[in-house]
Amino acid sequence: MKKDFVVAIFDDEEKLLSGAFKARDKNMEIYDVYTPFPVHGLDDAMGIKRSFLPYVTFLAGAAGLTLAVSYQVWTMAIDWPINVGGKPFISWPAFVPISFELTVLFAAHTTVAAFLVYNKLFPGKNPVIMHPEQTCNKFVVAMEKDKVSLEDAKALFSEHGALEVKIQNVDMNP
Amino acid sequence: MSDVVSDLRHKLVPEDRTYKQISEDILDTLEEAPSKGWLIGFSISALLLTIGFLTVAYQVGTGIGTWGLNKTIGWSWDITNFVFWVGIGHAGTLISAVLLIFRQKWRTAINRAAEAMTIFAVACAGIFPLIHAGRPWLLYWVFPYPNTHGSLWTNFRSPLLWDVFAISTYLTVSLVFWYMGLLPDLASVRDRTKSSIRKVIYGLLSFGWNGSNRTWHHWEVMSLVLAGLATPLVLSVHTIVSMDFATSIVPGWHTTIFPPYFVAGAIFSGFAMVLTLMIVTRKVLNWENYVTMAHIDAMCKVILVTGMIVGLAYGTEFFIAWYSGNEYERYCFINRATGPYWWAYWSMISCNVISPQFFWSKKMRNNLVVVFALSIVVNIGMWFERFVIITTSLHRDFLPSSWSMYSPTWVEIWTFIGTFGLFFTLFFIFIRVLPGIAVAEVKSVYKFARNDH
Repeated sequence: MKKDFVVAIFDDEEKLLSGAFKARDKNMEIYDVYTPFPVHGLDDAMGIKRSFLPYVTFLAGAAGLTLAVSYQVWTMAIDWPINVGGKPFISWPAFVPISFELTVLFAAHTTVAAFLVYNKLFPGKNPVIMHPEQTCNKFVVAMEKDKVSLEDAKALFSEHGALEVKIQNVDMNP
Repeated sequence: MSDVVSDLRHKLVPEDRTYKQISEDILDTLEEAPSKGWLIGFSISALLLTIGFLTVAYQVGTGIGTWGLNKTIGWSWDITNFVFWVGIGHAGTLISAVLLIFRQKWRTAINRAAEAMTIFAVACAGIFPLIHAGRPWLLYWVFPYPNTHGSLWTNFRSPLLWDVFAISTYLTVSLVFWYMGLLPDLASVRDRTKSSIRKVIYGLLSFGWNGSNRTWHHWEVMSLVLAGLATPLVLSVHTIVSMDFATSIVPGWHTTIFPPYFVAGAIFSGFAMVLTLMIVTRKVLNWENYVTMAHIDAMCKVILVTGMIVGLAYGTEFFIAWYSGNEYERYCFINRATGPYWWAYWSMISCNVISPQFFWSKKMRNNLVVVFALSIVVNIGMWFERFVIITTSLHRDFLPSSWSMYSPTWVEIWTFIGTFGLFFTLFFIFIRVLPGIAVAEVKSVYKFARNDH
């Protein structure tokens, strides 16, 4: 599927930021911005909501903890209890280290998996490229062509130091 | 005013570079043929690795009777080397996770290589318990899966099992943390390279990353979450390693000071290894503009601080041994300092407590020859620390008739050298095929670091 975008290309993150904020003020909807590194403030300009990932981390961590505690109690006290000098079968202090490790193990890997799945990142995926140098030194603002006119975009972004503002036909499933 | 600030604080990237030049400085090495120095270094490492591999094959085939252990000293070089390597790994996580949480921007230039070092060091560490288990092909027995051994479970009350969980969690979490950080830079290599083979390989490796800000947003939150998880994790790993000893009732091991003492020692030795590697790498790959004297200075200070924590722990141990009034505990420590292994004890003290004191002087911290030499001295000292703790506590058993001495056989020596071969082989491959500096992260702090806004 190919799609037309109005793209504005910058070579400096501060110019990009001022342009993006201006676009927000003018109610021009930004489809996405492609940058070589995370630019702080862009999330506000694009109106991105806070990531849901910490909730995934918490739930996965809780699941790991529950599994670790219940498995240790079940194996050590219920399924095959071994009497060691009359000490309690549910010797919970001894279960703390593994409970902690499994909490971290589940939380970390599930967070990463959720990140990859949600952002559709996987080995062999071909990247959607707006500009060949967007992972090196170019900052690209992309807006959908049917939502923003080229003239408006040109007027706004050129004022903020865009190198180039143009229509680009982009393959969305390369 | 800004001039005053920039004079006092080191610049993180001293020379003016554009974003494109930063990419070129760091990523161009991946496009070039390997240098002569690299080939020589790689060949030597690979040779050591091969010898190590053959030695391991020999002892797995013959049995660990090929080691110098006896019925009094059942743990020695293997566990020493295991703790040594795990400890080295800790600095990588500390740099990548703890310094991220504390917003220490200087970490960006060294975190990638340090995290790689973590993974390689933990891989080296894992070899020793694997061989010591005697029958490595049955290693899956350490996992608590439903089984037919009478449904006998692994012992969840044993610190050795805690180790299994700690080390495997640590290795896999470090690995994904490192790899997620690599994605943006792998994409950058993919988009820059002119070679079609590299484009395919880095295309596969970069998961289709394209620098979308929506992805960056989640990526940053994920990095913070992983850093928040990795920080207590790294502390827990060496705590659990120390519990291998501290939960037993052996004089010299059975102390509550072990967890913090081991963690401080791990950071101490890890930073020393980062320095050893980075001083050479920055020179060979011309990274002097990224891994600057300011970085080396900061790492020397970390070594100085952790070295003194370790020194304090040695003193505290000795004091508590006397103060406890327990004659076995007292004997154990006096024997460490004056018994047959006195030379190991005093090597430990001079390498770990005395030698870092040179780093009080800025002149010493800025002298690369001194820093390089001391970084190696510190690692020798930290190896001796583990040897002293493990072997001296065991060699004087409760019954004098069981007293014994230990010395390693050639098998143990070459296995240890072989792990250095593995470590350096992996590191040499790493700096050839992956971006050795986190390019995207350096760019993201570049303007801040230049103090021009």
